Amino acid sequence: MASAFIYADGLRRDERLERLKLFGLSSPAILLVLVILVIPVGWLFFVSFIGADGQFSMENYERMITRKSYFRIFITTFKISLFATALCILIGYPLAYFMSQLPNRIANLCMITVLLPFWTSLLVRTYAWLVLLQKRGLVNDWAISLGLWDEPIKMVHNMTGTLIGMVHIMLPFLILPVYSAMKQIDRDLLKAASNLGASPRRAFWTVFFPLSTPGLFAGALMVFVLCLGFFVTPAVLGGGKVIMVSMKIVSNIELFVNWGAASALGVVLLTLTVFVLWIASRFLNLENIAGGGH
Amino acid sequence: MFGWLRKPASETQVTHGQRLWLYVFAAITMLLLVTPTLIVIPMSFSESQYLEFPPKNWSTRWYEHYFSSPEWMLATVTSLKAAFLTMLVATPIGVVAAYGLHASKVKFIRIAFVLLITPMMVPVVLVAIGAFYAYVKLGILYTLTGLVLAHTILALPLVLIVTGSALKSYDMNQELAARSLGAPRWKAFLTITLPQIRFAVVTSALLSFLTSFDEVVIAMFISGGDNPTLTRNMFNALRDQIDPTIASISTIMIVVTSIMMVLAQVFGRSKADK
Amino acid sequence: MTDSIQGALPITARNITKTYGKVHALDDVSLDVKSGEFLTLLGPSGSGKTTLLMVLAGFTRPDQGSLKFGDQEMIRTAPHLRDVGMVFQNYALFPHMTVAGNVGYPLRLRNVPMPEISQRIEKALETVQLGGYGTRKIDQLSGGQKQRVALARSIVFEPRILLMDEPLSALDKKLRDRMQIELRHLHEKLGMTTVYVTHDQREALTMSDRIAVVNHGRIMQLATPQGLYEQPTNRFVADFIGDSTFLSVERHGDQITYNGVPLKTSRPVPDAASLVLMLRPERVRLATKTTKTVNEFQATASELVYQGDSYLMYATMPDGTEISLRGAIRQGTVAALPKIGDHVTLALEPGDTVLIDGRDV
Repeated sequence: MASAFIYADGLRRDERLERLKLFGLSSPAILLVLVILVIPVGWLFFVSFIGADGQFSMENYERMITRKSYFRIFITTFKISLFATALCILIGYPLAYFMSQLPNRIANLCMITVLLPFWTSLLVRTYAWLVLLQKRGLVNDWAISLGLWDEPIKMVHNMTGTLIGMVHIMLPFLILPVYSAMKQIDRDLLKAASNLGASPRRAFWTVFFPLSTPGLFAGALMVFVLCLGFFVTPAVLGGGKVIMVSMKIVSNIELFVNWGAASALGVVLLTLTVFVLWIASRFLNLENIAGGGH
Repeated sequence: MFGWLRKPASETQVTHGQRLWLYVFAAITMLLLVTPTLIVIPMSFSESQYLEFPPKNWSTRWYEHYFSSPEWMLATVTSLKAAFLTMLVATPIGVVAAYGLHASKVKFIRIAFVLLITPMMVPVVLVAIGAFYAYVKLGILYTLTGLVLAHTILALPLVLIVTGSALKSYDMNQELAARSLGAPRWKAFLTITLPQIRFAVVTSALLSFLTSFDEVVIAMFISGGDNPTLTRNMFNALRDQIDPTIASISTIMIVVTSIMMVLAQVFGRSKADK
Repeated sequence: MTDSIQGALPITARNITKTYGKVHALDDVSLDVKSGEFLTLLGPSGSGKTTLLMVLAGFTRPDQGSLKFGDQEMIRTAPHLRDVGMVFQNYALFPHMTVAGNVGYPLRLRNVPMPEISQRIEKALETVQLGGYGTRKIDQLSGGQKQRVALARSIVFEPRILLMDEPLSALDKKLRDRMQIELRHLHEKLGMTTVYVTHDQREALTMSDRIAVVNHGRIMQLATPQGLYEQPTNRFVADFIGDSTFLSVERHGDQITYNGVPLKTSRPVPDAASLVLMLRPERVRLATKTTKTVNEFQATASELVYQGDSYLMYATMPDGTEISLRGAIRQGTVAALPKIGDHVTLALEPGDTVLIDGRDV
């Protein structure tokens, strides 16, 4: 019938309009992100190719390879990120495991000890470590009175302090996804392993641990990516001796107003971050990582 | 009493005794997680000008100093204003966006979602210098508006994730039912869906507040002049000289955060939660 | 609210097509639902029956087609303006409102004055035998009660068309059987045009005036329950409704033969290229004496199942096809049944000899 085909056009228009309207609901958000993040960062990408003389040049990128100090900064950033991630795994995994074995009520109570630092301001926590790790701070005082060491050890304004602070900040980011993954492991699987002849240790390593790896991977990834770009804690606890990429970016702008250098560093940092995320997305659903912390 | 040690603790029949090392380890870890945060509180009541713990003398001078200092008060007001406004801006924009993405059948949803999540994934420094650059051009550097806008895009991913996950476990058929009964889409959303995801919305609002209140790096670059934030001033103070006033401010911040957390727990628990 | 709904509307659907990529969820579907009729869309999952219902409700927009309620074209009308009642599979009740809040929702949307709303809510609840339940909370209700509230909510604003999407599938069997009869009574009382979706053929046979069997986005056959059961027009319908076995037959001019033996039939013979004989287990008998008027088949008994009130026997034909026959058990029946491996003669009345189009659909 002819009339049916007239409606085909109208129906198509109706469908398109509805789709547009729904998508339009997210347009304010998208607009904001585009204007404040995407476009400026895109612009920075171009700025990175402008040298000190205002002309197009690759000097900002060359500097990263030629000047040793720049190269060292990248190595430092990577080293710290890797160490911090490793330490988070070593410390966080057992705690997550411990909590996953508890009945829900008690586990929730223990979770408060993880969530409280998580929600406390970054600055407050960093400041707390600054105080604790001083030469005449709590850690040194107690260690000496317990006889662990004789002389106060320098634990701030160096790599040690930075690492300690960063691990403390990052731990919840690892614990939350791992814990959530562990909670979803079917307890019957462990019973089955036992029944089939596996010792408790065997059952853990061959059944439980592999099933917890998605959460572990997500958490470790989050920690690593956050460490790469981290600024506040290394800046305060590193005392200027430990320099990470983010700090160099800031100093380039604050001290030298060298937008070219800062942008170039930023672009490289961003590329690294995207690269790491891309590798991870091959193995994981990215939406799970983002949701892992909450 | 020690018979407890011989009781099994897991499906694989490992005893508590065998696991004792784990318990000790976990206890120490939890202690280390919480202590630094709590240490600040007694420190803020110390009389001494040097950072010391435990305090030899108690006094509230650092609180007095904080409350009587015009710079600190200005910074506090700025931070509170920014956080409040961020909450008011980010929550509606984010909730509506989350709904749109959830109800949309367009293939672009994934791209849009990833785009809106990027502020969380990109190193904050980059967001900060990008915003700084843009704001100089737009002329909104050192303004409250600029601060709120930048904090909003930081808060949006959180709103999206929290609201999005609530929508996922929500039965959209109820909206269909409402629409079949005569409600246009927006009315169905307001009268049926929104009341049922209100816990997620409240949580998103509180998270937005905290994200803005806590934020350091972006504030470092784009706040200042007439609108310095508390975090910015604190950070500078930390770098320059160790001022014990920071301890008192920190304590106040911990209290504010804890209140927010309790509120989030109280309002964030729906009947479906564990 | 009046006792019966005045002016139930007929539904006229023409050329409804909906494709998702390459898949035709609905393939040029045309359907006439008579005013006041109870019509069931019956089919397996993925057949398109729910999609068609959603098109009627306005939640799925077809690629093309026309849809009229009475004389009004509705295909482009938004769902909230269609004024149809709809009952969902999982009830879709609003948990943050009471029963009265739920049932009154459509009335509030239509700006009905408050005192009238309370009246009509109570009337609707009484109609579904939940009088006085207005103040209850949704989570306090049983499954059956929730179902009734959903029903009350969908009829309180006196729609002239009612749509139901497998509303009983979440209930247990006893409740489901009872609700089927109740829904039927409700329909007879209120008289609105009802379109009902289900995959349960027994449910469809019980409740419907007519049934549209749906598969692969097309209507396979539209007929009364008896029409579908007695004279299916294709293998899919024959297979989907009731149990059946098919035997290939040949046509030689006017004669239909099976294994060379001509069949006697008093049923209409379809004009199709290939034909099959449809056997229903309860129509096949064990032959007691040979008569010329009955169709006879030779077979070997292969399995015998005692089911209390009836027996189920499987017999293998010479060409290997296995057919089943069912019979009631009375005194002496069991003793007279053949043993496994025995040769049996099966009889089929000409009135039960149904031939249908043999093509695969």
